[in-house]
Amino acid sequence: MSVIVGKATRVVVQGITGKEGAFHAARCKEYGTQVVGGVTPGKGATTHEGFPVWNTVEEAVKAEGADCALIFVPPPAAADAIMESAAAGVPLIVCITEGIPVADMVRAKHYLGSTPSRLIGPNCPGVITPGEAKIGIMPGHIHKRGPVGVVSRSGTLTYEVVGQLSARGVGQTSCVGIGGDPVNGTSFIDVLRLFNDDPETRAIMMIGEIGGTAEEDAAAFIAAHVRKPVVAFICGQTAPPGRRMGHAGAIIAGGKGTAAEKMKALAAAGATLVRSPADMGATVAQVLGR
Amino acid sequence: MKIHEYQAKVLLREFGVPVPDGDVADTPARAREIAQRLGGRVVVKAQVHAGGRGKAGGIKLADDAAGAEGAARQILGMRLTTPQTPPEGILVRSVWVEQASAIERELYLSMTLDRARSTHVVMASQAGGMEIEEVAARTPEKIVREWTHPALGLGDFQARRLAFGLGLQGDAFKQGVSLIRNLFRLYLARDCSLVEINPLVVTRDGRVLALDAKLNFDDNALYRHQEIVALRDIHEEDPLDVEASKHGLNYIKLDGNVACMVNGAGLAMATMDIVKLAGGEPANFLDVGGGASPEQIENAFRILSSDPAVKAIFINVFGGILRVDRLAEGVIAAVRKLGLTLPVVLRAEGTNVEQGKKMLADSGLPLIMADDMGDGARRAVELANRGSAS
Repeated sequence: MSVIVGKATRVVVQGITGKEGAFHAARCKEYGTQVVGGVTPGKGATTHEGFPVWNTVEEAVKAEGADCALIFVPPPAAADAIMESAAAGVPLIVCITEGIPVADMVRAKHYLGSTPSRLIGPNCPGVITPGEAKIGIMPGHIHKRGPVGVVSRSGTLTYEVVGQLSARGVGQTSCVGIGGDPVNGTSFIDVLRLFNDDPETRAIMMIGEIGGTAEEDAAAFIAAHVRKPVVAFICGQTAPPGRRMGHAGAIIAGGKGTAAEKMKALAAAGATLVRSPADMGATVAQVLGR
Repeated sequence: MKIHEYQAKVLLREFGVPVPDGDVADTPARAREIAQRLGGRVVVKAQVHAGGRGKAGGIKLADDAAGAEGAARQILGMRLTTPQTPPEGILVRSVWVEQASAIERELYLSMTLDRARSTHVVMASQAGGMEIEEVAARTPEKIVREWTHPALGLGDFQARRLAFGLGLQGDAFKQGVSLIRNLFRLYLARDCSLVEINPLVVTRDGRVLALDAKLNFDDNALYRHQEIVALRDIHEEDPLDVEASKHGLNYIKLDGNVACMVNGAGLAMATMDIVKLAGGEPANFLDVGGGASPEQIENAFRILSSDPAVKAIFINVFGGILRVDRLAEGVIAAVRKLGLTLPVVLRAEGTNVEQGKKMLADSGLPLIMADDMGDGARRAVELANRGSAS
């Protein structure tokens, strides 16, 4: 088992004729993901680097039964691209795009609420189930199948923990990047619930960062529902207040959203806290008794 | 992005939010002219991107035009130091001169994103003039909140509830409802990330006015607001921050001596954390991004080296989209061009790592290669401390 994506997932890439879209569509396909084609409005009925291109997501769904949209559309049009996929009935939407205006995401998230679609991201590396499907921009070769579910707000820090785990021979069921924006689709809680219910997942690695209260909410959920060991790391322990640390969501505002508060909440919920990012993999291995 | 109070007040006026009559001056003589036109008592306010100006001596009351000129002479050119400024303060380049208001009541009004609810929230409180965090901590019941509908916006009934919550009555109530609606219109139309009016006042002659105005904007939405971008004052930003933003680099200068160059915001924060855990102090946050070009790496390297406090550079890269060979190309080019005066510790993993490491080894440059993040941080801190001691 695994969560969210697997061998059967059929992916349509929105923005496939762009540089990033074309590059990563090819990398996902190489990994073994079923990439059925892409969408670029106005370029329908053509092909791009071997992939069929449609004008609309709806056409891709009809033609190929796409059940996942991977979005590389530039920020001004990305929220609309999310809504287009939701309107076409695509059950899973993974949005990689960084830099979407907050007000656009507020509207898109509201719209998603009226549909059954799940959104991962935006501003995220995507989702991977090692050995089955890579739907995103992460380097596939560092992953290895195994018992750890990884959920994170950060991209490269996720690669870091995966690298540390795989180097120790500890594999992953799935790795889910939920993104670094203040308004996103899938939350820590959603993914924790999936890992908790997934029989193959035996431990969960969670990577949070400063800003907002998503980690505190996750802590409450862990305390109440999660029956598997959770290892957590929060980055931004040294970040100064009031400065946005790269991610739009990573800012300590009004004295709220500090790493210390989040670590305290998670520790109280029974999670094992990692102080140094160099020790993430070793701590998970220890928790698993390896 | 932040703007000055005087710029915010012009925007407020444009959206029908009443503010005291006033104008901006960059010389004492100009301040005198403005005060003359306004007549009567005026307030002279330092224009810097920081709160706490009053206590720091950046806001002065003057009885007449001559007094305004004197106040402006004192404030212009001073380095204003408040809890929100860097320790050396911010140079005051302009003042806002406005009609003094006879204040009956001081209120608070703000608008921002509520992340937990994924929509905008309007907050109002009768405890104006105070830090809202303090009010929220001590007397949370004194803050009235209305969450706007993500698609429909702020309902009139919500504006009325807020105005009632502010204790406004009669004509002031009507003014308040209209002010709240207009302010929210501005908040949405210009993609603000924060609008804060503290204080919002009711004057003795019954007018409702925004006496101060703090407007922040969503950086991601600036592409559709060139009129806001034009208000940017680079004097208020660290020169290295400004230089970095020109090259598409995400850089924030900090106080330490270990410079960090990292790809990805999360890993960049984690790198700062591990430097601190190793007993050092990070000199900056720097995310070179996912698709950094060799030119960007070179620029990043130049910016890091130009901070005189920096004694060692720690490059920590986990190549995903950013391939390690491209990073190596950028680092080699930068060092060849700029010379290597500081010790550089490099830790790289991920896509094309073998190729990248071979390029670095073949370059013959005296880079220190670290095994992992922890090892890299330890070495960089040790070298930085040695550099500071000598």
